[in-house]
Amino acid sequence: MPALLARLNDAAKGKVLTVQEYFVLATKSLRFIFARPFYGQDVIQQMDEIGVKSLGIVLLTGLFTGMVLALQSSVQLKTFGATMYIGNLVAASMIRELGPVLAGLMVAGRVGSGIAAQLGSMRVTEQIDALNTLGTDPIKKLVTPRVLAALIMLPVLTVINDFVGIIGGNIIAAFVVGLPTAQYWRTVWDQIAADGFVLRYIPTDFVQGLTKPFVFGGIIAITACYFGLGTTGGTEGVGQSTTRTVVTSSILILIVDYFITQLLLSLLGNV
Amino acid sequence: MSDLEHGPDRRAPEGADRRAPRGERKSAAVRQAIRSELAEDGAGESRRPDVPVVQLENVSLSFNVPILEDISLVAEEGETICIVGESGTGKSTTLKLILRLLVPDRGKVLIDGENIAPLSFEEALVVRQKMGMVFQGAALFDSMTVYENVAYPLREHTTLSEEEIEQRVREKLEFVDLEPDRVMVQFPSELSGGMRKRVGIARGMANNPEIMLYDEPTSGLDPLTTGTITRLIMKLQRELGVTSVVVSHDIRSVFRMASKVALLHDRKITFFGTPEEMTASEDRYIQDFLGGL
Repeated sequence: MPALLARLNDAAKGKVLTVQEYFVLATKSLRFIFARPFYGQDVIQQMDEIGVKSLGIVLLTGLFTGMVLALQSSVQLKTFGATMYIGNLVAASMIRELGPVLAGLMVAGRVGSGIAAQLGSMRVTEQIDALNTLGTDPIKKLVTPRVLAALIMLPVLTVINDFVGIIGGNIIAAFVVGLPTAQYWRTVWDQIAADGFVLRYIPTDFVQGLTKPFVFGGIIAITACYFGLGTTGGTEGVGQSTTRTVVTSSILILIVDYFITQLLLSLLGNV
Repeated sequence: MSDLEHGPDRRAPEGADRRAPRGERKSAAVRQAIRSELAEDGAGESRRPDVPVVQLENVSLSFNVPILEDISLVAEEGETICIVGESGTGKSTTLKLILRLLVPDRGKVLIDGENIAPLSFEEALVVRQKMGMVFQGAALFDSMTVYENVAYPLREHTTLSEEEIEQRVREKLEFVDLEPDRVMVQFPSELSGGMRKRVGIARGMANNPEIMLYDEPTSGLDPLTTGTITRLIMKLQRELGVTSVVVSHDIRSVFRMASKVALLHDRKITFFGTPEEMTASEDRYIQDFLGGL
């Protein structure tokens, strides 16, 4: 029995250590955003890699999500004769939930795996050691630019995702349901204005919709860098790090999404 | 900052007439001149002449199982120390200890008389600028061209202008017998193993370090390229007076370049002395180890 307890103890310690290391990496990479030397070029390159190159999948995801939302809700709303509220429904779901979460999940799959594979390969081919040897902090050179780029680009991608989603809803509303476009956009605006404004001009929905991708961006980049830098065991290890990154960051996004929603709803006071 | 601001490398160009047999040391004046140039580079303040450049003192290290026990070795200025031993005896680990990529459980690692074991991560980054490391697989950054790879340490730690950097990169590539115009624009994946190794050496020496560390510099190379790399390591030692620590399996090239050989066996250094002393040794294991010669 003591042997079993000891093993449980070790396992628990290992888990706690992992979480601790994760947060140490997160803190360091965020702190380095404000410390010299700055690797501006790397940040720009990563913004291109994370943001611009993810545009395709985000546009597709947004468009079809908006379309299917409009289509499904039109069936439900028709039974109440309320198809004119399609705009409200699409706008609310896209801006608050689906925009941030789907953009986050897509980027976790596309960019998270890429970062983990790249840093993992650099680890197993001793390039990380080489950076250290050449007097560069790998966290500063590799992790911080990726985290910063993700923090900036994920909200941007989310806004695009939301917008394209609402346009997708517009297409279905106009051509399948037969709702005039002007009416659709008026209900979209009604919905955005309905929950009131923060600081007079910022719609409450936008606060929620932009806080989330900011946090998700951090989660994706830090998780990917954490598993990438921690890669051991050659090329097989790189594969494992990639898988772990996608699984862990996707799950973290979904869990953290719930807690952010809960927190913001109670803070902004419109439960 | 003034120690970082300096013109292009003013070191005398290497010439065939300066070749000297192994073991012949430069005059103290020449070495002092080189040393003061090194001090101007990223290498930091000039070193005290009376302490060894690299010294391990009773170093022990373990990860769950013991890796190294009570290791001691000394590299005086300008010496080439070769660490030999079977695979998995902790040879590369010893290099990582010198680089402070690993911290010993017990004992001291002294670089120019300074114990680097208790240094913080940031302080260690500074100490590492005194060292150039050539990795087993060269570890070139594969997202960068050869030029950017060799220029990397210069961009990081000096305030050289772009022209000066280019001049220095060309000089280093020529030193390792590569044609700068041909290879500079290439990516590491386009190079052969031997060329990659040479670019690795050029990058390691770009910042004019006082210590060069090599991890299996000749492994996986054909006999001719092995000879080339060995000659290159000797040339670096001879012409620039750097102190080198080489980890190698290749006993033939070790005997060509080593001032002293350290044999790692069973987590300990069981022999530390000149190649001549090693061949003269009666020890059974050493004789077996040299058996292939």
